Amino acid sequence: MSTNNPAAAAKSTGKRVKLRRYHAAVWDEPIVMEMGVPGRRGIHFPANDASLEPAVGKAADLVPAAMRRSSPPGLPEMSEPDVLRHFLHLSQETLGMMGISLFGTCTMKYNPRLTEGLAARPFVADLHPDQDPATLQGVLEIVYRFDGLLRELSGMDQFVFQPAGGADAAYTQACITRAYHAARGELEQRRQVITSIQSHPCNPATAAAAGFEVVTLMLGEKGYPSLDALQAAVSKKTAALMINNPDDMGIYNPQIKEWVDVVHKAGGLCFYDHANFNGVMSKVRARELGFDACMFMLHKTFGVAKGGGGPAVGAYGCTAELAPFLPGPLVTFDGTSYALSENGPRSIGRVREYWGNVQQVVKAYAWTRAMGLEGIAEASDMSVLLNNYMEKELLKIRGVTRSHPLVDGWRIEMTRYSLGQLYEETGVTVADVQNRIVDFGIDAFWMSHEPWVVPQPFTPEAGEMWSKEDVDYWIAVLRQISDEAYSNPELVKTAPHNQVVHQLGPESLDDPDRWAMTWRAHLRKQKARAR
Amino acid sequence: MSVTPRAHPFMPNSVPAIKRQLLEALGVESTAALFEQIPADHRLRRQPNLPPPLSSESELQRHLLGLLSKNISCEQALSFLGGGCWQHHVPAVCDEIIRRSEFLTPVWGTAASDLGRNQAWFEFTSQLGELLDLELVALPVYSWGCAAGHAIRMAARITKRNKVLLPQHLDPERRAVIATYCEPGEMPSHIEQVHVASDPDTGRLDLDDLRAKLRDDVAAVYFENPAYLGQIETQAAEICAAARRAGAEAVVGVDPVSLGILTPPGQYGADIVVGSIQPLGIHMNCGGGLGGFIASRDEPRYAYEYPTLLISMAETTHGERAFGMALMHQCSYGSREKGKDWTGNSTYLWAIASAVYLSLLGPQGFRELGETIIQRSHYAASLLGEIHGVRVVPPHGFFKEFVVNFAGTGKSVAQINRALRERNIFGGLDLARHFPELGSSALYCVTEVHGVEDIRFLARSLREVCA
Repeated sequence: MSTNNPAAAAKSTGKRVKLRRYHAAVWDEPIVMEMGVPGRRGIHFPANDASLEPAVGKAADLVPAAMRRSSPPGLPEMSEPDVLRHFLHLSQETLGMMGISLFGTCTMKYNPRLTEGLAARPFVADLHPDQDPATLQGVLEIVYRFDGLLRELSGMDQFVFQPAGGADAAYTQACITRAYHAARGELEQRRQVITSIQSHPCNPATAAAAGFEVVTLMLGEKGYPSLDALQAAVSKKTAALMINNPDDMGIYNPQIKEWVDVVHKAGGLCFYDHANFNGVMSKVRARELGFDACMFMLHKTFGVAKGGGGPAVGAYGCTAELAPFLPGPLVTFDGTSYALSENGPRSIGRVREYWGNVQQVVKAYAWTRAMGLEGIAEASDMSVLLNNYMEKELLKIRGVTRSHPLVDGWRIEMTRYSLGQLYEETGVTVADVQNRIVDFGIDAFWMSHEPWVVPQPFTPEAGEMWSKEDVDYWIAVLRQISDEAYSNPELVKTAPHNQVVHQLGPESLDDPDRWAMTWRAHLRKQKARAR
Repeated sequence: MSVTPRAHPFMPNSVPAIKRQLLEALGVESTAALFEQIPADHRLRRQPNLPPPLSSESELQRHLLGLLSKNISCEQALSFLGGGCWQHHVPAVCDEIIRRSEFLTPVWGTAASDLGRNQAWFEFTSQLGELLDLELVALPVYSWGCAAGHAIRMAARITKRNKVLLPQHLDPERRAVIATYCEPGEMPSHIEQVHVASDPDTGRLDLDDLRAKLRDDVAAVYFENPAYLGQIETQAAEICAAARRAGAEAVVGVDPVSLGILTPPGQYGADIVVGSIQPLGIHMNCGGGLGGFIASRDEPRYAYEYPTLLISMAETTHGERAFGMALMHQCSYGSREKGKDWTGNSTYLWAIASAVYLSLLGPQGFRELGETIIQRSHYAASLLGEIHGVRVVPPHGFFKEFVVNFAGTGKSVAQINRALRERNIFGGLDLARHFPELGSSALYCVTEVHGVEDIRFLARSLREVCA
């Protein structure tokens, strides 16, 4: 089957964007459970030390008989170089940011290798969180300083870094909401958290996990829920509002201050989920808009590597009024040295052990220092500039529309598009296009959180790290795929063709007889099917 | 004299000519026009007061080194701290693999473009399943405490009951997280936490107290093996059986590095198993190396309650092996507030480090590691127990951690640890604050990183300090 056709792409784009002759590395790498030879070793430990036997006896005898493992675990037996090469092969079978990744809502950033290297050194990597604070002054100072930088950017009075991701920060907000209303004797009455259908799913999910009922506002014709809808939803039952602005449509809600007023008047708290901070950083402050609390994702906006989904940090900041409820410990400074505070009586306790993914705070601090205010402002400008440039070009492509076409004006750092028209005219879905785009060395775009509010949605985010050439390449590839959809839809529907493997088959991973979350489950179920 | 603005090294489009080109394409004069939808009275009231940029890598490095050099790491000192974060040897190959850009920087691709990463995740769950003797292992959550919290909530949903029994001696950090996940008493889905006593002589769970509290309103019995204070729980099978008889789930927390020599929880009747992956090839990172796993038998009863991502083997249209997410609809990505608890970014890079670690060790490595640790910890306990006024309680039956009581020295742990610090030793974790009933006691952690000479140096130093 024909795969990439650079000549056709160049012709149709009318620009000199040369499509790469990309093909993923294919190693046909076995599952590690199939590898190894009995007796091979990947590492030695000091082992049974005969010199200790007079004092304590044989190691095996130190395990109470009732608890001795009777048969060794069925792990592979491999040499060190075999293990290294196996996982290097797997890394090469992962596209990620080796090509271009405009994964919307996640703000793909450059992760400075200086700080990756420094954080791997013992003065960060080999610290224990319960060490005497006198031996942790460097990291304590960095956490303290970074708290100060985030206060400048948000207007909040105190940050905590214990939440281990954006969702954990949303959970922190839900727990603080609980404690705040309990302290005022109103928790019995205030059982509802209001959010919008385009907030990240972690907002309603964490509110529910904290025991609240969720009230979800639908988008109005302007691309965000109307003020009327909010007014109809608030009541004496309202505990909090958890909201993004802009949400994933890229449309800024110009009535957000009125929103905050409405919720405050009803007695609720307002939480600004800053998942989409990149486009508005250095433009607005959560506190100046009236919010009581906000959250920054250091693994998105602040240059920390995503690691394929963590370790992450949802830096949670709030007003002095809410600060007594924060989980702890917090870093304090008495003018001479840094220390960790104990939780006060009103603290919600812990959302996770210890004081956070400290190495990631070090990296975020370093990124912020490397950028400075002018760099941060420029990154915000660049991400919005590049998004709108991209939008202009993408909307020229056949079958591509954007959400809320009647909403005039520029979008912020991302735009929600629809391939609904392409689907109706060609039968090619957005999932097909996603499978095809990886044939060109571009990793998957974000489609949309559930539920879809436009048909066949997709949401690229250009950010500030990708060059104009990268974005032009992305646009050219989408144009190429659109052409293919109209001329040879099967080519797109059966994609990928240049990847490690083909697309997943139709089998359901929700079938207890099929799913296999481990190798041993796979072997058992495979055998059962063969019978 | 005007200076040409320099393009920032992280931003390829910060070249003025490119910026102009982009602005021209949009027909605007400056980027300010693009923010017109943000009303004027929403704009910053004052400029943020940030220090000037350190865009020069050498200057930034110097600045960071100046700060970080103030730390004293467990590589420079001799540390016996454990409790919820442990110093184990991290093989160099683990570090090499997780610093590969392909694993380090991405977020999410397709089943094909993420094939290698998905396989590494599946190798994490598959190998951990072998260690635990369980067929269902989820992708990890933030920490052991979070894993325990989710597991207890799973048990509450499964049994439709709202009480959990917890050991009296439990890591205070973990206990606090569990308490948060169990929700305060005012909430309708609050899970009541009831403590089960430990036998003061053996450190094991008091079975009489357990039986007295194990009524038909208990959703889960949670215990750890080894227990927080280090003891190997020899009654694990009896505890699990008692839980089952009462219609409760047995939720067990384990230390995975112990499982080369200790019976895996899948063999003594554990229903849901949790623990930390930090010991499996991940640096402590001042607590930033934590990650928690959740595992169980592969039964719909359990599978349908997982809040996590579940990587499963799958096939492509061409019959190739690949991987996909099972039961995606039940997590919060699929169902928002109707999903099970919530999920989001977690500790997935650490899952890869642990997969590498498990492959390097293999069955012989885990046995050797377990034997090295248990022998050295007991050697340390025997030397410390010889010091006048110092007792190890109980003196054996633990894995890598044990309680050292200094009551007979007349000194507090804080005093002793201060004196040890002068000898470049980080003494054991002070238990006084959370467990005053244990008196002047510390939790000492000895692993494979502690050489025989290190242990002797600790004993010599303590002898001097306690004198």
